[in-house]
Amino acid sequence: METNPNHASHETVVTINGLSKTFGGNQILKDVNLDLRKAENLVVLGKSGSGKSTIIKCMVGLTEPDDGKISIFGQDMTDVDYNELNRLRTKIGFLFQGNALYDSMTVYENLAFPLRHHKKEMGIEKIDSLIHEVLESVGLPDTGNQMPAELSGGMSKRIGLARTLILKPEIMLYDEPTTGLDTITAREISQLMLDLQRKYHISSLIITHDISCTKMIADRIVILKEGTIVAEGTYEELEKSDDEWIRSFFS
Amino acid sequence: MGTKFYASLLKEVLPSIRPSISVGTIFYEISVQCIHMSLVESQLPGWIPFKEKIQETGDFALFFLRFLKESVRRPFEGKEFLLQCYKMGNKSLPLVLITAFIMGLVLTLQTRPSLVTFGAEGLLPGMVSVSVIKEIGPVITAIICAGKISSRIGAELGSMRVTEQIDAMEVSAINPFRYLVVTRVLAATFMLPVLVVFADTISIFSSWIAYNIHGEMSLTGYFNRALSKLGWIDIVPSLIKSVLFGTAIGIVGSYKGFSVTGGTASVGKAANSAVVTSSLVIFFIDMITVQITDII
Repeated sequence: METNPNHASHETVVTINGLSKTFGGNQILKDVNLDLRKAENLVVLGKSGSGKSTIIKCMVGLTEPDDGKISIFGQDMTDVDYNELNRLRTKIGFLFQGNALYDSMTVYENLAFPLRHHKKEMGIEKIDSLIHEVLESVGLPDTGNQMPAELSGGMSKRIGLARTLILKPEIMLYDEPTTGLDTITAREISQLMLDLQRKYHISSLIITHDISCTKMIADRIVILKEGTIVAEGTYEELEKSDDEWIRSFFS
Repeated sequence: MGTKFYASLLKEVLPSIRPSISVGTIFYEISVQCIHMSLVESQLPGWIPFKEKIQETGDFALFFLRFLKESVRRPFEGKEFLLQCYKMGNKSLPLVLITAFIMGLVLTLQTRPSLVTFGAEGLLPGMVSVSVIKEIGPVITAIICAGKISSRIGAELGSMRVTEQIDAMEVSAINPFRYLVVTRVLAATFMLPVLVVFADTISIFSSWIAYNIHGEMSLTGYFNRALSKLGWIDIVPSLIKSVLFGTAIGIVGSYKGFSVTGGTASVGKAANSAVVTSSLVIFFIDMITVQITDII
């Protein structure tokens, strides 16, 4: 398996400074600082409960941080009104761990739903062709009439990805995209994420503890331990780290 | 609370009110902050009973205020509103009609012997219509809908919450409150009076059937006698009551579902709690409206 050749530029699209979050007396994030560069795949590795998902939930305003700044395209997400927050959200795609497909809607309706809300000027034919294009790009062109309950885990993941891509986001946030999938499907999803990055030049922040996925897609990796970033580097650099705990991720 | 409460009111609320905004917004902001500080965030001493319930009441009040605010804002989700009207009306109608039919039948059969004893059998149509339209029709329909509609909303929104579908809507920059809550509450508010009208009509019809088991009267004659005893003072408060019942059913179900935390077990609890709470709220609203109507 080859590692991902770096396509990232030096332009920063997300800057997180001093991010802290406490849940019920338990400090999940402690002064987290990180940058996401344009067209980069940044992987956040860490054990379960280390606060990885909290970072991306803070980035889209699902969780309110206790302290710190999250700057996206130069705008502080922690200090914007609801309308401005929503404007920024349309530039961010979020793939949930459980895909979060709307189970009362067909695949087609799941994909059309964000378009009908944000692209009101778009006619039915344009919506059809866009949905077809996105379904093609995730390799499931004939699933439009199926209900989410009829899809396998890998197919649901692809449709979840298609739904986030439909608004053409500039940043993608993946919450454990390969968790619960078999090795082959996990590899297919990782390859798909890589293809999409190359095709659309999307900047991606990937939360995972799947080391095969990390090796395939990561341009850069940060490792989170008990809410603090303890290491940063490429796969090759971290694999040879002096710290035994960090090396244990790659063994 | 006392001084601290008023101090924080001055510190937090008043600076946030801009001179250009409307009286409604000022009222809304002050109400939200008052409820939040006095009920939700209040440091109640540990010995106070039902502390969590007091805080939940505060949360519910804020939820209701948010509904009022969001329901007048654009864009209105018309398609989802009509879909919910269809689901609530069409799918509840058979159960409501069957119950109303039995209700009218039983009421007539049980009341008739007493009226016959006093030679007042002729009052039966009027008595049934007044009982059904003023009280039994709205309350029974509302209780059925609390079980059918409120629990469905609670379970549906609760499962959407635990499977992160509501979060998915939020991160897609679609307001889930407006799309899910406002449409459901308005649909319940709109559909309940419609269901009540159907229930009242079928009850009087079944009462006519029960009357004809022992006596004989035409359907037109029975309805004429039944409706002659009714005035606007009976019908209008009953319809207003139905509207309030519908709002209660929608808002309680939505609140319980929307505020689910934890796993799938919480979804069942939310659905159950939605039925129990909305039934209680229905009786409470009924008690208040009967008192008000009595004064009028």
